[in-house]
Amino acid sequence: MEAILKVGYFPGCSQTGTAREYDISLRKVVENLGASFDEVKDWSCCGATSAHVTNHKLASALAMRNVMLAEQQGLDDMVAPCAACYNRLVSSQYEMKKHPEVKQEVESVLETKFQKDIKVMNLIELFMKIGLEKITENRKEELKSLNVACYYGCLLVRPAEITKFDDAEQPTSMEKLVELTGAKTVDWNSKVECCGAAHSIARRDIVVELSKKIIDDAKRHGANVMVVACPMCHTNLDMRQTIMKRVFPEYKEFPVLYLTELLGLALGMDEKELGIDLHTVKFNYNELAAEKATV
Amino acid sequence: MSEEKWEPKIVAFVCNWCTYTGADLAGTSRLKYPTNVKLIRVMCSGGIDPVFILKAFERGADGILVSGCHPNDCHYNAGNFHARRRWEFFDELLKFLGIEEGRLQFSWVSASEGKKFVDVVTKVTNDVKAMGQFKAYKDLNDEFTAKFPEPVLNEKEIIMSEEDAK
Amino acid sequence: MKIGVFICHCGENIGRTVDCPRVAKACEWLPGVEVSIDYKYMCSDPGQNMIKKEIIDKKLDAIVVGSCSPHMHEKTFRKAAVAAGINPFLVEITNLREHCSWVHDDIEAATEKAIEMVRMSVEKVKRDQPLTTIEVPVTKRTLVIGGGIAGIQAALDVANAGYEVVLVEKEPSIGGHMSQLSETFPTLDCSQCILTPRMVEVYQHPKIKLMTFSEVEKVDGFIGNFTVTIRNKARHIDEDKCTGCGLCITKCPIRKKAYNSFEENLAHRPAVYVPFPQAVPNIPVIDETVCTHYKNGKCGICVTVCGREAINFDQQDKLVTEEVGAIIMATGYKLYNIDKKPDDSIYKGYGEYGYGKYKDVVDGLQFERIASASGPTEGEFKRPSDGKEPKKIVFIQCVGSRDESKGFSYCSKICCMYTAKHAMLYKHKVHDGEAYVFYMDIRSGGKMYDEFVRRAIEEDGVKYIRGRVSKITEEDGKYIVKGEDTLAGMPITIEADMVVLATAMIAQPDASTLAQTVGIPYDKHGFFNEAHPKLRPIESTTGGVFLAGACQSPKDIPESVAMASAAAAKAMVLFGSDKLEREPVVAKVSADLCAGCFLCKKVCPYGAVEVREVKTRDGVVIKEIAYVNEGLCQGCGTCTASCPSKSVELAGFNNEEIFAQIAAL
Repeated sequence: MEAILKVGYFPGCSQTGTAREYDISLRKVVENLGASFDEVKDWSCCGATSAHVTNHKLASALAMRNVMLAEQQGLDDMVAPCAACYNRLVSSQYEMKKHPEVKQEVESVLETKFQKDIKVMNLIELFMKIGLEKITENRKEELKSLNVACYYGCLLVRPAEITKFDDAEQPTSMEKLVELTGAKTVDWNSKVECCGAAHSIARRDIVVELSKKIIDDAKRHGANVMVVACPMCHTNLDMRQTIMKRVFPEYKEFPVLYLTELLGLALGMDEKELGIDLHTVKFNYNELAAEKATV
Repeated sequence: MSEEKWEPKIVAFVCNWCTYTGADLAGTSRLKYPTNVKLIRVMCSGGIDPVFILKAFERGADGILVSGCHPNDCHYNAGNFHARRRWEFFDELLKFLGIEEGRLQFSWVSASEGKKFVDVVTKVTNDVKAMGQFKAYKDLNDEFTAKFPEPVLNEKEIIMSEEDAK
Repeated sequence: MKIGVFICHCGENIGRTVDCPRVAKACEWLPGVEVSIDYKYMCSDPGQNMIKKEIIDKKLDAIVVGSCSPHMHEKTFRKAAVAAGINPFLVEITNLREHCSWVHDDIEAATEKAIEMVRMSVEKVKRDQPLTTIEVPVTKRTLVIGGGIAGIQAALDVANAGYEVVLVEKEPSIGGHMSQLSETFPTLDCSQCILTPRMVEVYQHPKIKLMTFSEVEKVDGFIGNFTVTIRNKARHIDEDKCTGCGLCITKCPIRKKAYNSFEENLAHRPAVYVPFPQAVPNIPVIDETVCTHYKNGKCGICVTVCGREAINFDQQDKLVTEEVGAIIMATGYKLYNIDKKPDDSIYKGYGEYGYGKYKDVVDGLQFERIASASGPTEGEFKRPSDGKEPKKIVFIQCVGSRDESKGFSYCSKICCMYTAKHAMLYKHKVHDGEAYVFYMDIRSGGKMYDEFVRRAIEEDGVKYIRGRVSKITEEDGKYIVKGEDTLAGMPITIEADMVVLATAMIAQPDASTLAQTVGIPYDKHGFFNEAHPKLRPIESTTGGVFLAGACQSPKDIPESVAMASAAAAKAMVLFGSDKLEREPVVAKVSADLCAGCFLCKKVCPYGAVEVREVKTRDGVVIKEIAYVNEGLCQGCGTCTASCPSKSVELAGFNNEEIFAQIAAL
């Protein structure tokens, strides 16, 4: 039997709260694909949303604390499934590399010396590392009834010179992954448009407007489900649909899934197992498939 | 300041076509760099003999820059490739001899890179400043002259010896 | 030895930061210095006369001039020295301006440095040897690389003066980008109508040897004496037999496999083709990559229809050697393809504009073809996706240009003008159409240029919006252009039928390779470097190689033509005399010291080192030594550094001279 691939895991705050189902589905899918997680012990805030605009150094130090813990734990790489965490971690690493004085300061604050160059991965990079062929090998069900709009949001692929991962304006890596499940992907316009992000609480009006634009665009291009890889995007796109329904009476609900949930379905897990029932907009693959067949 | 401050002596061996012209451009663009560096112009970086470097160290240089055209951009097609190989080897030799890394630096500065010339020269000067005076040769010299003191010549004698040399 | 030191103030240029009188005073005491004086302008007539007078009066043997870069006035002072009777190579220039006064602020430190610099030169000049210049013959032929408008103009000018020209073009026809243009600004002249007569003139000129579908592979030699190897690529059609009837083209069954690059990929072409109907020479080329014959040996319809038996599938590339005295580079430009770029490219793509994804987002040259009467739409404005007439076009300027984040820092110079022209051409044909132009600044310097842009705005009603476009998306056949109107201070969205991107002009992708072949420097964008940005814009730093057109930097047609004529004039200056004087900076081997290891022979880039036998009177060979051929040696000195016994020395830069400079530090 081949050795189990061990990957460092930095959950981030959302995974333990609003995006619990993301955490559940991610762990299940990774386990199913024959890999296992080594969670970074005593992980802390990544410095997202407010820290890095309030205090640059604090934000870098916060993010790098987690990298330091990973290093001390003997990890070579770790995955940050939340796009914001991923962005904060790689950006801080980039800052340190580019500006020796930042490195010096962060190291003195954390009382450590960084030896290794830990590779921080986003969700898509994680599956690339595990091996795309594993997904095809372990696939139990072809999700043929799905027309998926892959939504990257703002942080997964940007800034391009830091993430060095996909085209910042026309990314295609998530599509490749989604197509492995047998689902079809749609070519649409709002892949990297803003969902309103951290305004979720303070300016719901903005978030509702922007998120609705994105969902409308996905619908217009023939999608019946959207896939995201960021808890913040999911909150805005899924949860805020209740308000959309209230404000726009003719508004029709649109399911938004995490990429891991979609993979989970293809690997033969059911909705409840994956935590899809925790979403605001309900989704059941078989119902959707049946509905589609009748139309 | 009462105490006289030590300033490093930097010699730059530069090729006529790229770095010398690049340095000209730095001047034309009125960019600024430290006064420590003095340029010695040769036709090609391929023509810089390692002995020049040793000689310069011997004569009190604290840092040396060797700079030519970018690879593939040599006025003489291949001179800088010979230079690159030579310096690769010579650098190792200096390290082996215990001369700190950074005393001798190499770069490629093209005729259009006035700004780069300034950056390179400033970097070398700062690096050498941080390293302090280059003493290895000086100590040897002091030891030697202590044993065999040089005769003190007056000016007239100097001129005469100069002319004898001719 | 008596040395004179002359320190120039260069007005304020040196005098402001270097205390010139103090430098002159300090140098008086240097051993060997007879006289040391400073003067306001050494290069002026009185300044030179002063030098001459001092040389004669004080019986000086050598002089040191502390002035500007030797690249500026070395010649001037050498001439003055010669006039006063001393060898020109006993003149040393200390670069007090570019390397001292201009780059330092601190007067005290700069003056100290200046004194040291002069001291180094004084020590060097003491060891300098009198030298005589070397004379070399001149081959009075010119090679022009590139057959666009610049190359055509340069070739015609040189040939009309009575000198032979070899014109090399890598495409099957000459004409370049200008032949693709519809109409030209600011007169709206038909581009092909004014270009094709010149193309024909080149073809028929008895002094011009035209080599199309050819590329320069190797350049040896030096100014006045270049040997050039040219690869004449196989057309698979016998050039002597072909009459250009075009039967093979019309009968070729491969119609849709290859894109027509002349039509900027907006149309297809057969496997055997001429780039465009007015091609010169009008001889087709068979594209091996798509031709059925090269896949399976079948087909051969062209062979059957050709009455002249001109088709030759077995034709091979030919290597041709040409001897020339001057080379004119006229390789032109490329438009930046803003498609997705590989990660290692220094240029980044513009994913947000969807070029390559949306068919109706085109670049400037594609729009030229759409607007051209001879183009794929025969001059009617039809968009590529569905052939409908666009009723609303958005033009975006500076796509790439002036965008450091995408790898370009420069302005492409012509886009403001051609965008105005595009919008105007469109409005002239589609009267109810709307044209919007997003711009950063309008740069329309040139005779009648700004008037042209004003005409587009005022008479033709083109709507100019100052601002950038952030994104283009497609919805139901419409292109949603989201941008910002910075003058109104608000975002703006335009639903367009078509978008035209004025993408940056970049150097030809193989420009740097060619520059290395020819031996000329280029900048980080791949444009060839001129010898001096102000006063020698036509010459490269390599003697005998001149630049014309957009290969040096983005240029429009009149500028390219002017530069081409200037380059031709420069080449003819070279041909004005039968012999060229060359600096005697060459290597010399000391026959006594040389042990015959021939390391120098191995490292010499020019093959200038020869083996020579030393014989006794009876003809018995005692040893083999190296000998440097003065004609071939270019004076790099690589041999001197590699010689273990230091028996080869570079005249003017020998070890003794350099050591003296080091010692004077």
